[in-house]
Amino acid sequence: MSTDSKPTIFINPAKCIGCRHCEIACAVEHSQSKDLFSAIFEDPLPLPRIHILPMGAYNVPMNCRHCDGAPCVEVCPTGALYHDEQGAVMLAEDKCIGCKMCAIVCPFGIPEFDALNGVMFKCDMCPDRRAEGREPACVEACKTGALQFGTIDEIVSKVRKEKAEQIVKLKEGEVEEEYNGWDLYRSMQTVVIRINEGDSK
Amino acid sequence: MKKNYKEVSIDPTTQQMYERAQEMGIETVWERLEKQQPQCGYGLLGICCRNCMMGPCRINPFGGEPKRGVCGADADTIVARNLLRMIAAGAAAHSDHGRHVALTLLIAAEMAEKFKKEGKPVLELDNMASNTLPYQVRDVEKLKAVAKRLGIETEGRTIREIAKEVAEVALNDFGKQDEEAIAFLKAYLNPKTYEVFEKAGEKAGMPWFENGILPRSIDREIVESLHRTHIGTDHDPVSILLHGLKTSLGDAWGGSLIATELQDILFGTPQVIKAEANLGVLKEDYVNIVVHGHEPVLSEKIVEAAQDPELIELAQKYGAKGINVVGMCCTGLEVLMRHGIPIAGNFLQQEMAIVTGAVEAMVVDVQCIMPATVDVARCFHTKIIDTSPIATFPGAIHIKFDERRADEIAKEIVKTAVENFPNRSKQRVEIPKEKMEGYVGFSVEAILKHFGGTLKPIEDAIIEGKIKGVAGLVGCNNPKVKQDHNHIKIANELMKRDVLLVGTGCWATAAMKYGIFLPEYADTENVGPGLREFAKEWGIPPALNMGSCVDCTRILVLADMVARDLNVPIHALPVVGSAPEAMTEKAVSIGTYFVASGITTHLGVVPPVLGGPKVVKILTHDLYDIVGAAFIVEPDPYKAAKKMYDHIMKKRKELGI
Repeated sequence: MSTDSKPTIFINPAKCIGCRHCEIACAVEHSQSKDLFSAIFEDPLPLPRIHILPMGAYNVPMNCRHCDGAPCVEVCPTGALYHDEQGAVMLAEDKCIGCKMCAIVCPFGIPEFDALNGVMFKCDMCPDRRAEGREPACVEACKTGALQFGTIDEIVSKVRKEKAEQIVKLKEGEVEEEYNGWDLYRSMQTVVIRINEGDSK
Repeated sequence: MKKNYKEVSIDPTTQQMYERAQEMGIETVWERLEKQQPQCGYGLLGICCRNCMMGPCRINPFGGEPKRGVCGADADTIVARNLLRMIAAGAAAHSDHGRHVALTLLIAAEMAEKFKKEGKPVLELDNMASNTLPYQVRDVEKLKAVAKRLGIETEGRTIREIAKEVAEVALNDFGKQDEEAIAFLKAYLNPKTYEVFEKAGEKAGMPWFENGILPRSIDREIVESLHRTHIGTDHDPVSILLHGLKTSLGDAWGGSLIATELQDILFGTPQVIKAEANLGVLKEDYVNIVVHGHEPVLSEKIVEAAQDPELIELAQKYGAKGINVVGMCCTGLEVLMRHGIPIAGNFLQQEMAIVTGAVEAMVVDVQCIMPATVDVARCFHTKIIDTSPIATFPGAIHIKFDERRADEIAKEIVKTAVENFPNRSKQRVEIPKEKMEGYVGFSVEAILKHFGGTLKPIEDAIIEGKIKGVAGLVGCNNPKVKQDHNHIKIANELMKRDVLLVGTGCWATAAMKYGIFLPEYADTENVGPGLREFAKEWGIPPALNMGSCVDCTRILVLADMVARDLNVPIHALPVVGSAPEAMTEKAVSIGTYFVASGITTHLGVVPPVLGGPKVVKILTHDLYDIVGAAFIVEPDPYKAAKKMYDHIMKKRKELGI
């Protein structure tokens, strides 16, 4: 079995509480100053590459999946989109002609158009940070673990270990109902959504 | 994103105006809520702390790191501190309102004194009024009753002397520095509940709360709330919440009570009267003035000024048939209760009223007024006139109020509205037809009068089981909940189970819009046989409108009287509270003072506390042992009504009835 050493950003909607700190951190990372208090006064204002979408009682972080066989890279007529050495899908602004083909073929609706500069923009997995061995800005900002950074093998083996632990605990009857305020809130929110949508008995 | 109008409200007028707003491209509260999605989970759970500049800090609700803020505060400390700040803000809003009324009474008494010295006509004993005085004592009987409760001598004294002393005692309760409980609480609260307050510290395992949760001064408890929640001060969720109860009690038996009682003295105690509610009360051919906010000190004068023959003539000169003053939110309820002025709607209808295109002026004072009204008004000829020196709206006309020149200012405001009538675009007017009649004005005094000077008929009906108990329904709309849906469902579910309803605030306006304040409503399937029989026997609706949200104290005074009659603390009574669509910090204070006073209270909107498991346990469980009542949080109105009813039945069992 070959191992994939390319890192990526994994999402876990069950843990996303919609604080949108990732969006702010992303915009700051892609600003000129890389400093929040300066970034908000920059012209043009920096834009985030990750978006939190509310879906009923859940929030889903939507960011670039940096696909192996990325349709956006394949379809780009000028070669502006390419994989870097770590496998991240990058966009060379100087080559981009703003044809939006990448947005058309992306299965996740990720590439966006920057009308001011006439080019596309998307998640680049924070190359400056990666060069320093740091996590992307959005992952660092996420305090709940809804965003995780690592290789597929790292993440999957971690999840596998957690599940195995749970199975053992289940068998030994050690599983305690752990208090989880967010799950409690979400279950109540589900009721509100149901009622607002017209289920009023 | 376009929302289905049926999802935002069950009120046909809101639905109609919301669709109209969408067609016109006018942004309203529901679009703004949509644009706020997703709302930050740290905030929703109460685990975000911004109390110092080492922060902001937040706690991971899934159990991982970070578990503590920079200072070391854990989730429960942060949640409790945030909740205490909400209670303090709510208590501050009600109490500052109360202070304003007390100051108005003092100004009225002092102006009367000055007039007397200058030899101007001032009536001596029956009234301190003269036509040249802006404020007068309209209810001398109530003034004397309040004075008597407070131990103020009334015999052989002029009204202005008594009024001055009542105002002074009230004002003293705001800023006194001793350890005694406030005078209004001592004057109004039964000894058994007083004892519960006194012993709450001991029961909570905190004997250093020497006088328990008895508030010493209205302002002091609010200030102490801010002190306790400052970085590095109080960190135990129990003591933080105990002080929250204390602060809220300063609101209940202090600030809010002063507001209600002194307003009754100044403007008259509400008596039962028939009136109308909903947007259909706006009139196409009239100059429409909406009074919106919470303090009747100004709106009372607007109502008077609108009857000025010169201004009516001016309105007619501009082609209007006259001047139509209608209310909105709690200011609306104040003038509804006292004068039968129609109420155009509750909180979520403030923008909708403007969207009719038929409002010449929306005159606003304080609390629950959306700054967005100014933006919606820009789409029409409507003028927003802000009047309170503490509430300025960018883009509005500022005609700031001064009690000493009340008549003059009220006339200026009404004139501004009248002169705006020619700017109305007649083709752009669309007033929904729906409106509903109802009986209002059930002050404690009016209820007593109706039942022959005693609450015995109600108490007997409860003991007999004809009525199972009483529920106080209060507060707010919240765009997170379909407007009025939970208000009406919970009301019906409780009435079906023979629970008599008393209510205030935006709940009361909702109930009125659906006809619940008509005696005929007792004939519907939404009312149980026992309550139906009782309502018919006494010629009352199955639910009683007790006024604005500050008037929740009327519910407390009523509960206190029943507790006295049965010789038990309030928490022993089969009484529950509910804020089905809670939104404000004031609602948090009301809910807390209901619970602290012994009334178990339901909240239909989850307050920002779920991030702190210990806090949740204290609020929903431990408080039963400390004050005899606690919170029920339940967004499903059917389940909520069931839980409230179960609580009533539990209390009946404990009472042996």
